[in-house]
Amino acid sequence: MQIKILYFGRPSENLKLSDETVNVPAGVATLGELLAWLRLRGDIWAQELTEARVRCAINQEFSAWSAQIGDKDEIALFSPISGG
Amino acid sequence: MSVSIQHEDFDAGAVMAELRATSNNVGAMVSFVGLVRDLSYDDKVENIFVEHYPGMSEKALNKIIAEAKQRWELLAVKVIHRVGKLGANDQIVLVATASSHRGNAFSSCEFIIDYLKTDAPFWKKEVKNQGGEWVVTKDSDVKRMERWGRSSAQ
Repeated sequence: MQIKILYFGRPSENLKLSDETVNVPAGVATLGELLAWLRLRGDIWAQELTEARVRCAINQEFSAWSAQIGDKDEIALFSPISGG
Repeated sequence: MSVSIQHEDFDAGAVMAELRATSNNVGAMVSFVGLVRDLSYDDKVENIFVEHYPGMSEKALNKIIAEAKQRWELLAVKVIHRVGKLGANDQIVLVATASSHRGNAFSSCEFIIDYLKTDAPFWKKEVKNQGGEWVVTKDSDVKRMERWGRSSAQ
């Protein structure tokens, strides 16, 4: 399964990354599992990408960590929003 | 277009004139303008930087406007949100509503700005000479949203 991940706000700055395309291994089926898989990169990834610090969207809709991800999905990971 | 996300400043008076011109049935218009407060109490803050999620931010604002139109009879709505580098006293957001009667215009304007704070993907950073801090959703904003009988989607 190949997905695109976009980063905004604090995670984008701290990871020094705005987007990437990744091939997700079998067994990673939900947003929560994706986040845990990204944390395996260690260091700043493990610190930054916790469910407490990050919010997420699938295909431009806010989603829960239990939501299923699918091939070609656009996933976004970001700090809690603060517009207006 | 009822939604605009832009770097440039806006003229609230010109927006109100546009709303007024949409129909002879407009009997009331309400506008809310949000400004960047002076951050000099923390003299390390030099300016703020506003980021958004292109595509989703427009979609989220249109969804908020659609919900306002379901709740109240509205003739026209305009939302402008600025992005990029902003300083103290700069205008950052405008919500303007037009209706036949003031009740609908007042309530919908407040609903839209409350909902925008918790459900539209924008991020503010307080930029300091060394790095800075990303502002996060305030509990008080979530509480204001919940008064409308909704919870934040994020």
